[in-house]
Order: sequence, then C-alpha cells, then structure tokens
Amino acid sequence: MTLLNQKPATLEAAIAEIPDGASIMVGGFGSPGTPFALLDELLAQGQRRLTLIKNDANEPDIGIGRLIRAGRVDKLITSHIGLNRIAIEEMNAGRLAVEMHPQGLLAEKIRCAGAGHYGFLTDIGLGTEVAEGRREIECDGRTWAIEPAIRADFALVHADLADAYGNLIYRGTAINFNPLMAMAADHVIAQAYRVEAPGQLVPERIHTPCAFVSRIVEVDPATSDQGRRAHAV
Amino acid sequence: MPSDQQRILARAAREVSAGQIVNLGIGLPTRLFHYLPPEMEVLVHSENGVLGCHPLEEGTAPDPEMIDSGGAYIATRDGASVFDSALSFAMIRRRRVDVTFMGAFEVDQQGNLANWKIPGKFSPGIGGAMELAQKVETLVVLCSHNDKHGNPKILRQCRLPLTAPRCVTRIITEKAVMEVTEAGLEVVDIAEGLDVATLRAATEADLIIDETRLGRF
Repeated sequence: MTLLNQKPATLEAAIAEIPDGASIMVGGFGSPGTPFALLDELLAQGQRRLTLIKNDANEPDIGIGRLIRAGRVDKLITSHIGLNRIAIEEMNAGRLAVEMHPQGLLAEKIRCAGAGHYGFLTDIGLGTEVAEGRREIECDGRTWAIEPAIRADFALVHADLADAYGNLIYRGTAINFNPLMAMAADHVIAQAYRVEAPGQLVPERIHTPCAFVSRIVEVDPATSDQGRRAHAV
Repeated sequence: MPSDQQRILARAAREVSAGQIVNLGIGLPTRLFHYLPPEMEVLVHSENGVLGCHPLEEGTAPDPEMIDSGGAYIATRDGASVFDSALSFAMIRRRRVDVTFMGAFEVDQQGNLANWKIPGKFSPGIGGAMELAQKVETLVVLCSHNDKHGNPKILRQCRLPLTAPRCVTRIITEKAVMEVTEAGLEVVDIAEGLDVATLRAATEADLIIDETRLGRF
C-alpha cells in the first residue's frame, strides 16, 4: 500500500524500489507511451535478471532496447520485436527467452489481470500454431481456448498529466498499453510531463484513477524522451 | 505505365466504400491511404489505438505521440478517436472494422493466409495480424503475384504457419484480382495486356476463369 500523500518521488528513489529478478510491465507501442526516463534510470541502477512485458522491444538504442543490449533482461513477453535486430539476435542465440502473443491477446491478458480475473475464454488463434499447448474447453457447443491473465510485480507507465495523488491522463497514441498495465501490477510507477496539485485535473478526464498508482515522477519532456527523436518513421 | 505496386493500390482503392471503417496493414497496404479520395468519409483504424488516421500534411511538424501501427507519424481527421490497446482489439473482435488490407507471404485457394513467420528465417512475432485476419468481415490481400525469385505466392495450400485459416475474401496482385469462393479461386479482373495462359503459368493455385466475364484493371 502506498498512502495517497506519499506518492511523488524522485526518479532515483522510485526505481530503487525495484529488486533484481522483478517482473516489470512497460507501457508503449513503439516509442509513444514508453516511459523512457524510468527505463534509463533502471539501466543506470543496474537491476538484473528482469522479466519485461511490453508490446514490442523498442529499437536497439532506446527504451527497453538498451536494457536488452546490456544483458539485463532474462525474459521478454511481447507481441512483435521486428524493429529491434539485437533482440532478435539475442533470442536466436538463446540468451533472451521470448514469449510471443498475438497483440490483442497480450492486451486482453493484461486487462484481465487488472480486472482481477484469472483469465478469459477466446476463439482467437484456433487452427493456428498459436493454439499449441493451450488448454481448450467446450462451452455452449463451441471450442474455446483458456487464456490466463498476465500480472507483474511492477509497471512502468508514461502519462501526459498527473496529479500528486497519482491520477493519470494519457495522450494520443501514447495511451496504448499504459492504462491496462497500470491496473495489472502490484506496484505502479508512473512518469508524467506535468504533476499538478490534487483538484487540478478534471475528474471525468482521468484515465487511471490514483488507487492503482504507487509512485509518480515528474519528467522533463525535453530531456527524458530521447526515443522520440530516434524513432523511425 | 504505372508500377506494379501502383496498379495494385489503385485497384485496391475501389474496394473501399464511403462510410466504412478500414484497417491498413503494415507495408504496401499502408500506402493505400494516399489512393483514397480525400473527401471520402472513411475512418482508418490503426490497432495501436486510433480510429480516424489521416496522413500528416507535408511540411507539418509531427506530434511525437501520434503514430500508426507501422510507426509512421500521423494526424487525425474530423470524427477521430484514440483509445487503449485492449479497446482497439475489442473493436476488431466485435467486427466493428469493416475491411482490412494485408500483405502475404503465401495465400491459398481455400482463403488461408500466411504472413507472419518463416520458420528459421523470420519470426519477429505476429503483432495484431491474427485478430484482424480472423475477425474482420472483408480481408483483402495485397501482394506481388510471385516472390522475388519468381515462385508463386498464390498456392493450392499454404506451407508456412497460418495467420488464420479461411479468412481471405479477395486477393489483388499486379496480375489479377481473385475472389475466394466455395468453388475455389475465381479470377474477377486480369491486368491490362496479360493473357490467361500467362496468368495460369505464374500461379500454383487452380484458377476459375470465365473469359466472357473477365474485367481488366
């Protein structure tokens, strides 16, 4: 439990709570929504043997690409790593365990953990190699695959705006996996470009209520997000 | 003379009707954006969480938090919305996307599609292709008729791991437009200047061709 009035933290203190061997969800689809400042601090602090859960592997020199390159990641749960040739090489060499899921199933598995469920039933992937090894059941005369939810010890998310209680507002296509992951991890560290006093955000506009957020770190858009410029068009 | 890709894209644009919600896959299909009439009321869905993508005007500074699923910077059109990834795929699974365009490594006469993995050579992950292939009502494959070595891509039976079984509605290549039917692969249109024998020779699949009804493109 993190008390409401104890959430604002420095980058260093927020990331220092993560131990070696942690499982960590990381927001972002490509660069938008990736919490670059939190990831760079994780790189600087040296935590090892991490399991990361992210839609993609970023590109080799930004975001989780830098952690993979530095050998900090044992396992990656993802949907597509095509923009990161280093991650593909590490996977092929057996140094990085990669668990691939169709993107919509990955999102739903995380959403489902965030909703407090064990898993869900789906027909996605039946008749393909994705179905291999899945448990299937019959319901109402049809076959369904059981997809267990995915949770994590930590989530690192990027928001546009926050308040000091940890209410979050995302922006544009930087929303993607962030609000899902903010509900699916035990300890949620959010970075935001601006952290306001409680009462400054319009309640109806809040995407993630503060109850799910453990730490909030204000980051400067000009220095925290080198991935923006490195992003391939 | 239009290039092969221009021929495919110009023909593919005719598959889109006003009022539809359309998803454009990575690669060639993304360029279909530029072949749709600008005034046409169509919302382009991108699975990273946008409904109503618009190409970025030339000379406009990109918003770093606005990309499509292929990673290109985009703008949005009037009536657009943005949302999270779970909602984006709910929209797909609930069949609210009317038509999707995708590339292919292989496609066969049963409508099976393989476009995500070449075992031992190419396995970056499936991304959003599986849900789109399985759930979107109309799936149009846009691809070259043959691979770069000249081997047919339109097959009797896919050999690569499937993206989804029996999901393809139509196939548009530089040589032909083919409809997947109960009876097999029916050629609707053939490219200007191409004869039926040449088309058959470039294709592994059995083609159903009624020359009296064949269109040109």
